[in-house]
Amino acid sequence: MLVSIYRYNPETDDKPVMQDIDIEVPSGKDLMVLDVLALAKEKDPTVAYRRSCREGVCGSDGMNINGSNGLACITPLSDVVMPGQKLILRPLPGLPVIRDLVVDMSIFYKQFEKVKPYLLNDDPPPGIERLQTPEDRAKLDGLYECILCACCNTSCPSFWWNPDKFIGPAGLLQAYRFLADSRDTASTERLEALKDPFSVFRCRGIMNCVAVCPKGLNPTRAIGHIRSMLISQGA
Amino acid sequence: MDYVCACYRSCGGAAMVNRAINFRHSGLFDWIIQRFSAVVLAAYTIFILGNFLLHADMDFHAWKSIFDSIFTRVFSIITLIALCAHAWIGMWTVTTDYITSVQFGENATVLRFVFQFFVFLIVTGYLIWGVQIFWGS
Ligand code: SF4
Ligand code: SF4
Ligand code: FES
Repeated sequence: MLVSIYRYNPETDDKPVMQDIDIEVPSGKDLMVLDVLALAKEKDPTVAYRRSCREGVCGSDGMNINGSNGLACITPLSDVVMPGQKLILRPLPGLPVIRDLVVDMSIFYKQFEKVKPYLLNDDPPPGIERLQTPEDRAKLDGLYECILCACCNTSCPSFWWNPDKFIGPAGLLQAYRFLADSRDTASTERLEALKDPFSVFRCRGIMNCVAVCPKGLNPTRAIGHIRSMLISQGA
Repeated sequence: MDYVCACYRSCGGAAMVNRAINFRHSGLFDWIIQRFSAVVLAAYTIFILGNFLLHADMDFHAWKSIFDSIFTRVFSIITLIALCAHAWIGMWTVTTDYITSVQFGENATVLRFVFQFFVFLIVTGYLIWGVQIFWGS
C-alpha cells in the first residue's frame, strides 16, 4: 500500500514535499495508522513523528489523516482509506512545522495557559480536602478528559486565522471545566478575562472541533455554556 | 493582550448605553447587538412583506401613504440603524478574520485599518443619507 507523507525540514528545505512510500500491509489485520507509519519509517528512517502511549492517552500523535485530524494510534486504517487507496499523512494544520509530522505546539499551550487551567479558591483549605457532591462532580464529566492533542484547535478556522487571540476549543473546554467546578471561586474573574471580542466570541459554532475530537468531547457545547454565563453576568 | 474593537470609538450613543449597562466594550456587547439587530431586520422584512400582501394592488399612492405614517418612518430609521450596526460589526469581524498577519504578513494592520475606514465611511454615509430620505418629506 502507498503511504504519502508530508516531508519538510524548515532548516534545509525550500518547501514541503509529499513523499510516497510503498509498504507491505500484513493481510487479515486492521492496522492502526500509527502502525502503518512505523512500517513506513522502517523503509525510510528519516521520517519524523511523535508518539508515546500508542493507546490514545498521551495526545502526542495528533496529525491530519486523509484530510481529517485524529490520533494515529487509535485510528484504524479501515476508517480512513478504502482498500487500494493511498494513506495521506500531514501535520496538524495551522501550526509551524518543526520536522515532517512534528509541529510546534507553543501557541496552543499558550492559549491553554491563559484560561488558568487549575482550581482557584481563596477560602482557607479544610483539614483534608475540598468536598464536592456527586452531582457537582458529574458536571465535570465530558470536560476533564481532554488530553491536549490539539486535533480540535488545528481543525478550527477561527484558530487558524487568530491563533494568538482566539483561545480555541481545547482551552475553552478547560475554561468551562473550571467555571463549572463547585470548588472554584474565581468565576467572575475568569469570565471577565474572556469577554473580549476574540477569546470566546470568535467561535462560530462550525463544530469541526466536535467532529474530530478523539475523546468524543464537545467543546462547542462548553463554549455555549461560557457564552450564556457571560450573558447572565453582563446583564 | 488588550484588543479593543474599533466600534467602541465609533458607535457613539451605543457606547453610552454600553457603559450604562456596564458591558464596557466587549465581544459580548458586539454579540448581543448582532443578535438584536438581526431580530429588528427580520421584523422589518416581515412588516414590509405584510404590507405588500395587504395591498394587493400596490401603487405609488399606497406606497407613499405607508411611508407617510410616523410609525413606518420611525421603524424604518430604527431598522436602518440596526442594519448599519449589523454591517459594521460584521465587517469588523470579517476583516479581523481575513486581513491578519496570517494571510498578509506585516502589512496586515495597515491594510485592515484602511479597509475598515472605507467600510466606516460607507456605513455612516448610508446612515445619514437614509435618515434624510425617511425623515425628509
Ligand atoms: S465550534 Fe467553535 S471552536 Fe469548534 S471548530 Fe467551530 S469555531 Fe472552532
Ligand atoms: S478537546 Fe479533544 S481534540 Fe481537543 S485537545 Fe482535547 S482531546 Fe484533543
Ligand atoms: S501515541 Fe499517545 S495518543 Fe497516540
